[in-house]
Amino acid sequence: MWRYAIPAVLLLVLGAFFYRGLYLNPTVVESPLIGKPAPEFTLPDLENPEGTVGTEDIAGRYALLNVWATWCVECRHEHDFLLSLAESGMPIYGLNWKDERAAALEWLDVLGDPYVASAVDEIGDVAIDYGVYGAPETFLIGPDLTILAKHIGPLSTPIWEARFAPLIESHHGAR
Amino acid sequence: MPALTRLRALARGASTLAMAALLALGAALNAQDIVEGFEDPELDARYRNLIHEIRCMKCQNQSIAESPIDQAADIRRQVRVLMVDGLSDAEIRAYLAERYGDFINYRPPFKPSTWLLWSAPVILLASGAFVFARVLRERMGQPLDEDID
Repeated sequence: MWRYAIPAVLLLVLGAFFYRGLYLNPTVVESPLIGKPAPEFTLPDLENPEGTVGTEDIAGRYALLNVWATWCVECRHEHDFLLSLAESGMPIYGLNWKDERAAALEWLDVLGDPYVASAVDEIGDVAIDYGVYGAPETFLIGPDLTILAKHIGPLSTPIWEARFAPLIESHHGAR
Repeated sequence: MPALTRLRALARGASTLAMAALLALGAALNAQDIVEGFEDPELDARYRNLIHEIRCMKCQNQSIAESPIDQAADIRRQVRVLMVDGLSDAEIRAYLAERYGDFINYRPPFKPSTWLLWSAPVILLASGAFVFARVLRERMGQPLDEDID
């Protein structure tokens, strides 16, 4: 009896692991920053190089911090969604990651600008603080500058409704 | 014709040599040499050791020492900055894990979410030994003749 039970149990356990593995995306790694304070930064403003954009500007309301660049193909894919989100009243801040200013300005000019402002992270230091490894990445930041959620990859309506919108509503409801 | 045979052998030898040279060249080109480092040999050795143990989050199956991508270069630069600041290897690993998660370290710390990972080799070895011992003991109880039958 034992002789058959052990391999059968092993097979089931292994099968359970493999089954779970089928639905995991290994390129999406859970951020340890969720629930933690957003790392502080102050960077030059893309559209107004003399001015700055930073966590100070983001604080006070729910906002998105969207990591983008003109070399990032998937950023192009999510751009229309960001525009519609901005139109609906969601403040979106950009983190223009390792990009060229001229190209970035042209991108916003041609495709439209969904951002309240974009911070220029030319060397990628702030991106490291936020654990960014592949644009686009989007952080939902609470009024008290807590990171509430992070999405890796292009944002879209289903993802927004499933992962971001409920967090904003539940926080509003608690007040 | 011995002359022709010799010529053929020579040609074969030459082509083998050329192939080997080509392969070696390919390997050399593939082995991305990290040019940046430290003047101080001790610090440099520490640096090289460390970057081989940090995962490139974008490429995942390469360390930041091997990865040619820009983002890996950024992390390497940050590691150098932190080393200059006087952080220990453990502190640098913790710094990166705080931002990217334990996955960034090829040797994650032992904690509730990783105990199975770390203890799996010991558990597997122990269960293998247990099964092996059982089988041996069972067989030892049997007379030899039965096996020969």
